[in-house]
Amino acid sequence: MSPSDNNFTIHIATVNGSGSQTANTTLLRAVFQMGVPVSGKNLFPSNIAGLPTWFTIRINDQGYVSRDTRYDVLVSINPETSLADVSAMGPGSVILLAEGAPAPKIPPDRVVYTVPFAKLVEPLVADAKLRKLVVNMIYVGVVSWLLGIDPAEVDQALTAQLGKKPKALEMNRAAVRAGIDYASANLKKAPFQVRRADKTAGKILIDGNQAGALGAVFAGVTYVSWYPITPSSSLAEQLEMFLARYRRDPKSGKATYAVVQAEDEIAAIGMVLGASWAGARAMTTTSGPGLSLMTEFTGYAYYAEIPAVIWDIQRIGPSTGLPTRTSQADLLSVAFLSHGDTKHVMLFPATVEDCYEFGLKAFDLAERLQTPVFVMSDLDLGMNVWMSDPFRYPEKPWDRGKVLDAADLTRIGSFERYKDIDGDAIPYRTLPGTPHPLAGYFTRGSGHDEQARYTESAETYARVMDRLRRKWETARELMPAPVVERARGAEVGMVAFGSTHHAMDEARDRLRADGLATSYLLVKGYPFSKEVRRFVEAHERIYVVEQNRDAQMAALLKMEYADLAPRIRSILHYDGLPIDARSVIEGMRSGEQMEVAAR
Amino acid sequence: MTPPTSAPVNRIGLTASDYKGSKSTLCPGCGHDAITASIIQAAFELGLEQHRVAKLSGIGCSSKTPAYFLGRSHSFNAVHGRMPSIATGVHVANRELILLGVSGDGDSASIGLGQYCHLIRRNVPVVYIIENNGVYGLTKGQFSATADVGSKAKAGQVNDYMPIDLCAVAIELGCGFVARSFSGDPKQLRPILKAAFSHRGTAVLDVISPCVTFNNHEGSTKSYLNVKEHDAPLHEISFVPHFENIEVDYAPGETREVSLHDGSRIVLKKLEEDYDPTDRTRAIGMIHQGRAENRFMTGILYLDQGKEPLDRELNLVDEPLASLPLERVRPPKAALEEVMAGLKIGKG
Repeated sequence: MSPSDNNFTIHIATVNGSGSQTANTTLLRAVFQMGVPVSGKNLFPSNIAGLPTWFTIRINDQGYVSRDTRYDVLVSINPETSLADVSAMGPGSVILLAEGAPAPKIPPDRVVYTVPFAKLVEPLVADAKLRKLVVNMIYVGVVSWLLGIDPAEVDQALTAQLGKKPKALEMNRAAVRAGIDYASANLKKAPFQVRRADKTAGKILIDGNQAGALGAVFAGVTYVSWYPITPSSSLAEQLEMFLARYRRDPKSGKATYAVVQAEDEIAAIGMVLGASWAGARAMTTTSGPGLSLMTEFTGYAYYAEIPAVIWDIQRIGPSTGLPTRTSQADLLSVAFLSHGDTKHVMLFPATVEDCYEFGLKAFDLAERLQTPVFVMSDLDLGMNVWMSDPFRYPEKPWDRGKVLDAADLTRIGSFERYKDIDGDAIPYRTLPGTPHPLAGYFTRGSGHDEQARYTESAETYARVMDRLRRKWETARELMPAPVVERARGAEVGMVAFGSTHHAMDEARDRLRADGLATSYLLVKGYPFSKEVRRFVEAHERIYVVEQNRDAQMAALLKMEYADLAPRIRSILHYDGLPIDARSVIEGMRSGEQMEVAAR
Repeated sequence: MTPPTSAPVNRIGLTASDYKGSKSTLCPGCGHDAITASIIQAAFELGLEQHRVAKLSGIGCSSKTPAYFLGRSHSFNAVHGRMPSIATGVHVANRELILLGVSGDGDSASIGLGQYCHLIRRNVPVVYIIENNGVYGLTKGQFSATADVGSKAKAGQVNDYMPIDLCAVAIELGCGFVARSFSGDPKQLRPILKAAFSHRGTAVLDVISPCVTFNNHEGSTKSYLNVKEHDAPLHEISFVPHFENIEVDYAPGETREVSLHDGSRIVLKKLEEDYDPTDRTRAIGMIHQGRAENRFMTGILYLDQGKEPLDRELNLVDEPLASLPLERVRPPKAALEEVMAGLKIGKG
């Protein structure tokens, strides 16, 4: 599809640490304010300042928000990458180049604009250091004029970001103005434009980490411990910001929460388990390497049955990997994180709304099931902004699970920490501080019986492990339902989870237009709900689309549904860039061609 | 829990045996069992309410001992070396709990040294007992990081590496209550233990506790006989709890007195020199001097009542976070609406 009004993608090449994030966000917000669906992908290096960085803004009136691999507008500000950036642009594209930057010979079927950014910024700012920051706002002015983005919207977007710093706001306003003035005097409008629409009315723009943080705030989180790691840090930091704003006791001004930055991820999860054991709603947030460090404690929590909420904002591994690139490759390690027989509950948020909802739900699940619950987000979902309907205030109170207080103990007259009373394999617990002689018990990671006493008895060990397996079946009933879309008569079912979801509607729409109707299942939790099995059973071929090399979701599905394994195939994407619709379509086509060839 | 008529009862009507736990499974004669006995006695004398105490430990012989005392308290026997992070979480979740941590030299000086340091930095209120025998007992006799240079293992190897002195580390990191004692000296250990419960912050008690099975031979510096011979008490310690109105009868100039936040008092009677436990530099110097002279300087090495504990640093509400009702931790609908309004920038 060639670019058209409200349907094109802007690719902005700048230098990391130059303040271009504010400029790019200004453009993105301004388009959104004009009622046009928009999404942004920040492709940034693991670096503080100096290395190349790219930001892609996709403008799409159908509301497709997954990564677009074709760029229609290049804004080339970084001379170090301009040669390659310009070469990658195809026929019909628009190229905005800084005067004097190296560039290849550009064929005539591209529209080229050359702008003397350095000259334009000179009269605006005296300080050379500040110039490097302010020059970005000049391209905001130029681009907005070229593409027909309303200057009033640009100004509102800029004010939203810099409104609290009047001096900076004025300086940046002047830069935007200079860009607009230069463009209107010297350039012609681009061949495709942003036109006012009505498709973002009432919608919000938010990143997944902020959404998850909000969920935790309204879940009533009381304890947060974390260790800084990209891309999860912004979840903890935004959470602390919200807590400071909304969780002070109105009378005393004191905190109804605690945030402790730990010395490492082992301590972070240890503090969470200690707090949770003592009755707090406790969570941590991390990414790959941190998760590896939490391994021993999460096995402890599974076996000793202690609630915990752990966010994993997945990035590319193994090891340090690509710390600023996205991935869905922690599934298998998280599912069994620990030595020994261990199985962990996972939630898969696909949207920012899911991040908010699961931010709430994860606590209810963890406390109900008395086990760690992992929320499996990723860098793309967590750190990029997405449009969404506003989040709903929780209707229900919280579920603190099975906790006995002193009055309960007096009424019942006995307490066995690990006994299955209700037949759902979830035992009752008491909290330290409960004023009753029956309340105390001994929590340990070593072999224990129903009374929480140390034992090495073979029968008791197996009995406890069997109960934990039954508890897994209880968890299955409590998992969020998958989203299922059945296409009439479709032989083929597609399965996705997490941020991959956003490439799926676009890919399926295009496949359908080409005559291939597919059903779709969006997995929201592990253990898999019964609907997941029904979906696999109902289709001859299942394509599991995921962002890892080893088909990890497919592996979990095959483990659970060994009888259905032959029908499960994979479409895999694992280069660290968010998956795009084209990759899904190509994977699907080659899979189906192989199917035809095999017949 | 009706006490037999003959046994003395404490201020909450319990006997000493009410503070016992299950039977010890450590080797007969283990120094750790002597510490357990001192803990039971100290808790009895203080009249601790067991439901208010949380016992915490890591992994190792020492870390098993919470099963042997205060049988009605909650207990968390964590993974190896990570008790401090558990303690931090428990304290922040419920600041009303009295935390009693038991660790060993392997648990705190090797695998858990990092967490040990950070617990002290944060001044988490916990009575942190290190049952220090210089050896790994459960894995049968390997040196730990507190083994002294030149000390001999049971199998004959000699330790060449510098020991980590957990008291010196604690003082360096600003710990406000640092003591060293000997499992074989309950007369000294008990008042230290009782005083530690009145300290507002981390109280480190490094208790040398000979391992009768793997580290009690000639050539080991932490054998019972060697410790007994080289134990050099800095002072005689009396503890006057806030609920007792007792005058300690010493001649003027013979004692130093330190008041604690809850109104309890520590009375230190001079021995060889007039040791001032509020002098940080002297405390570190004393540890170095002891090592040079091959003596175990025991007693209250360092006291500082000035530092705020973690719950106050975090400015927590008075009630335990763990027991706050939903309406105090879920902001009102208006709060969410405010946040949404700030993000709602789409137009139609």
